[in-house]
Amino acid sequence: MTVKYTKDHEYIRVEGNTGIVGITAYAQEQLGDIVFVELPEVGRPLGQGDESAVVESVKAASEIYAPVTGLVTHVNTNLVGEPGLINTSPTEDGWIYKIEIANPGELDALLDATAYEKLIA
Amino acid sequence: MAESADLRTVVLNDQHVALGGRMVPFAGYALPVQYPSGIIAEHKWTREHAGLFDVSHMGPSFLELTNRTGDAEADHAAVAAIAEPLVCGDLLNLKPGQLRYTLLLDETGGALDDLMIGRSPLFPGSLYVIVNAGTKEADFARIEAAEGDRARLTRADDGALLALQGPEAVAVLDALVPGVSDLTFMHYAPFEWGGTRIIVSRSGYTGEDGVEILIAKEYAAKLWAALLADERVKPIGLGARDSLRLEAGLPLYGHDLDETVSPVEAGLRFAVSKRRREAADFPGAERILREFTGEPDRLRVGLFVEGAPAREGAEILDAAGAVVGKVTSGGFSPSLSRAIALGFVPPGLSKPGTQLQVSVRGRAQPATVTELPFVPHRYVRKAAS
Repeated sequence: MTVKYTKDHEYIRVEGNTGIVGITAYAQEQLGDIVFVELPEVGRPLGQGDESAVVESVKAASEIYAPVTGLVTHVNTNLVGEPGLINTSPTEDGWIYKIEIANPGELDALLDATAYEKLIA
Repeated sequence: MAESADLRTVVLNDQHVALGGRMVPFAGYALPVQYPSGIIAEHKWTREHAGLFDVSHMGPSFLELTNRTGDAEADHAAVAAIAEPLVCGDLLNLKPGQLRYTLLLDETGGALDDLMIGRSPLFPGSLYVIVNAGTKEADFARIEAAEGDRARLTRADDGALLALQGPEAVAVLDALVPGVSDLTFMHYAPFEWGGTRIIVSRSGYTGEDGVEILIAKEYAAKLWAALLADERVKPIGLGARDSLRLEAGLPLYGHDLDETVSPVEAGLRFAVSKRRREAADFPGAERILREFTGEPDRLRVGLFVEGAPAREGAEILDAAGAVVGKVTSGGFSPSLSRAIALGFVPPGLSKPGTQLQVSVRGRAQPATVTELPFVPHRYVRKAAS
């Protein structure tokens, strides 16, 4: 299983040709209590770097950018009633959407765990 | 980052950092926006117990008559006459130890600041004036220009100003400083504590019962520690201070109030005292009195917002989708678990129950005008006997 990261603190966990997208533990800690999540529509095509979702803390709204190009296949509807899952379980229960990866080559340019750890150190 | 060279630090900066406070720039100071427990937990703790806020960035000061006659009423009247031409509140009829919320106005009746002014319980001819952080230099300059050589303004913003807010706040402080529970809402008095004199007012910015405490810098860390030693008390950052005041429907200067907004537009008619209205002797009286009897162009309202929080600057739309106003403060209410906002709309759309919309990221979401405050105030106007 491969997990890649963006400089904007999204992660994408790759399972076959599906990517599971969310924000990192570091990002949720910086944002504080998440109170609202705006999910993308299933079936929406996303280009790499497109605004794909919005995560709102008490203080501010933050855009979530698509780590790779692809189609949204699933969204985590649990976040509608329980946006705080992003705080309590950012990489498991707090995932935001799944994307069908159009161009796996885009993953190569993303950060690996070591490079991401260096970024937030 | 908060360590920017030109940011001022408060006396208790080290205490905030030691507690894990996330320091952010605010009004020229580095201040904690939250501690590790987070804004929602801090907010709820304050509503249920007692939250301790460091508001030392604000501008406490004393305006004192230069030549006292010894006649207490005459001296008070003289100092009130110096400050009254700047504000719309009745200062002359303040009782010793009473505080009043009022507005510093420009000649057009626009708000230059909202502030508290109190009459000293001890010293005739002395007023306690507490202004906002972001406006304090201009406010103090304006007061000094008005006083001439008749009075002297002494800043007290080199010490610490702490707010202890919540249903258990007064009991906590009374255990350390016996007698503070005798104060009623919007009254203040000096007390002795730990070898120094502190000033305690029963007031705050959360809608809860509570106190604000002015203490000299040498003693501030000791009082901070003594308050936090009580298990009913937790430190609270600026984030929860903002969400608490928003639920309480209280305006934030620079957002819900600015130099274009009159007290009537802001829904602060109570701050324009009757005696001053009858005398029409405050700045911008012509406009403000016209708005009192007629209709202002806009009114500040509360909104329940469906869906995503509408933040400052979001457009308010009528039911048909036409832009009718703007959100001036908005966010998520931890007590109500929903989005709330303050904003300005035409008077015809200001009645509670009016269906409006707000535009968030280009999409219209339903919003309903609602009574303020969103969460009822729990001030203690009479001391428990």
